[in-house]
Amino acid sequence: MSVFFTLLFGPLLLIMFGFIFGNEPQAIFGGLGHLDISVPSYTAVIIGITGLTTLPITTATRRENGVLRRFAASPLRPLTYFLADMLAPFVVTTVGILLLFLLGITVYHVRFDGSWLNIILAVCFSTLTLFVFGYVLVGLLPTARAVMIVGNVLIIPMNVFSGALIPLEVLPDAVRRVSTFFPLTHVVTLLRGLWFAESWSAHLHEVAILLGVFVVGVVIIVRTFRWE
Amino acid sequence: MESVSGVVIEVAELVKTYPGITAVDNISFTVRQGEIFGMLGPNGAGKSTTIECLEGVRQPDNGRIRILGLDPKKDGFKLRERIGIQFQSAALPDRLKVWEAIDLFATFYKRPLDCHQLLETMQLTEKRDAYLAKLSGGQKQRLFIALALVNQPELVFLDELTTGLDPQARRAMWSLVQEIRAQGKTIFLTTHFMEEAERLCDRVAIIDHGQIIALDTPQNLINALGSENRVIFATAQPVDAAALEAIPGVHRVEQIRDRVVVYGPKDGLVGRVVNALEANGIAFDSLQAEPPTLEDVFLSLTGKEIRN
Repeated sequence: MSVFFTLLFGPLLLIMFGFIFGNEPQAIFGGLGHLDISVPSYTAVIIGITGLTTLPITTATRRENGVLRRFAASPLRPLTYFLADMLAPFVVTTVGILLLFLLGITVYHVRFDGSWLNIILAVCFSTLTLFVFGYVLVGLLPTARAVMIVGNVLIIPMNVFSGALIPLEVLPDAVRRVSTFFPLTHVVTLLRGLWFAESWSAHLHEVAILLGVFVVGVVIIVRTFRWE
Repeated sequence: MESVSGVVIEVAELVKTYPGITAVDNISFTVRQGEIFGMLGPNGAGKSTTIECLEGVRQPDNGRIRILGLDPKKDGFKLRERIGIQFQSAALPDRLKVWEAIDLFATFYKRPLDCHQLLETMQLTEKRDAYLAKLSGGQKQRLFIALALVNQPELVFLDELTTGLDPQARRAMWSLVQEIRAQGKTIFLTTHFMEEAERLCDRVAIIDHGQIIALDTPQNLINALGSENRVIFATAQPVDAAALEAIPGVHRVEQIRDRVVVYGPKDGLVGRVVNALEANGIAFDSLQAEPPTLEDVFLSLTGKEIRN
């Protein structure tokens, strides 16, 4: 069920908001249509939901049920576990994103000026960073229930205020200032930039912040993650 | 202290405290190669904490542990390659199939057993495609033992192996443990079942409040009690306890509804009780003599009965 949801969530968002807003060029978006900027932005929504809810809730539930404890009693290396644990959600997330791209480009004819290589790199990098963020929640919170609550409490405002679901251009200035504290905002800015052929060097700020989240997150995980 | 050959587990002055409670209070013992060593005690006595310290999944506050000559704290990964662990409480995802679970765990180790062979030994072949959620308690337990054996371990830890199983499954599990030992493996198990410890273990450490209060073979522990036997019979008549207590050597008499238990020295007790009953004209039924069990050992050492 959750696989199905993750795969189709992006395309569904696009279809629903496509009905509402269409894709007429608008001055506020610098001549781009709503859907043009939505495709790279919704990517962040998918990454955020998997990273902050699906992945950490699954892991915390496994910890609670004693599954992780059983793994910890084997010579399985923790890094191997984390990589294997991330693989399935990573594949599902990236395939879901691909479906969103394909629908946007082929059916809605949204503008895509960037390079596939850059977009793929940015999606992978952002996904890994948000996954790390998710494991931080598991490390810091005692139960699966707490992870579910905090994950949702974080992801909902992030989706609404980071420009992921609603373009930053239409949000009030105050919201835009607060939203710089959300990692997801920087994912949105990076992906939108690369989508419209801006260079990596124009987004060193976002890359540095996400890299910081990644590194600090890994340190927190190493210090706090317990197998039971 | 160098590792002596033939010694598989060495524990010296092990201490583990949790806030407000000393779970394991300065215990020391050794386990030899090929032994079935049991730790017997009531729930909360410190058995699981001890076994988890030995397995390296819990860090002791004090003491020295060597398992197969390795320090579980420093050489955890190396050690876990060579030991098998069955937890009292552990789980795997319900949507995993039996063969998938074994296949997965086989990848964690350098020299895993063949999956088919393992399923066969554990009598799980018919269940190989079943989801874990669909297994009975005994089948699930057999699967967890299979996972503990998949790496061909030299030493197997079994924590409360038969808790929650029906008597038939429990007996099947005992013969399984004996088969595992017959393959030359050493077994360290914990239990709160007297009968299990008595039937299965070569040596038993009785633990209470985090301390080992006795450690020997079950027979020696029983013998150390002295030779007190008991004679049990049923009768419909009221029995004058004084008449039975007057029998030479009888220690005490207990009456529980229509059953009477007479405690006394082993030699000649049955004859003397029967004579006394006939002399007093007491009709009796289903009279039997019982040798003492570990239950009596536990009772006399702790002054309380072990509770299931």
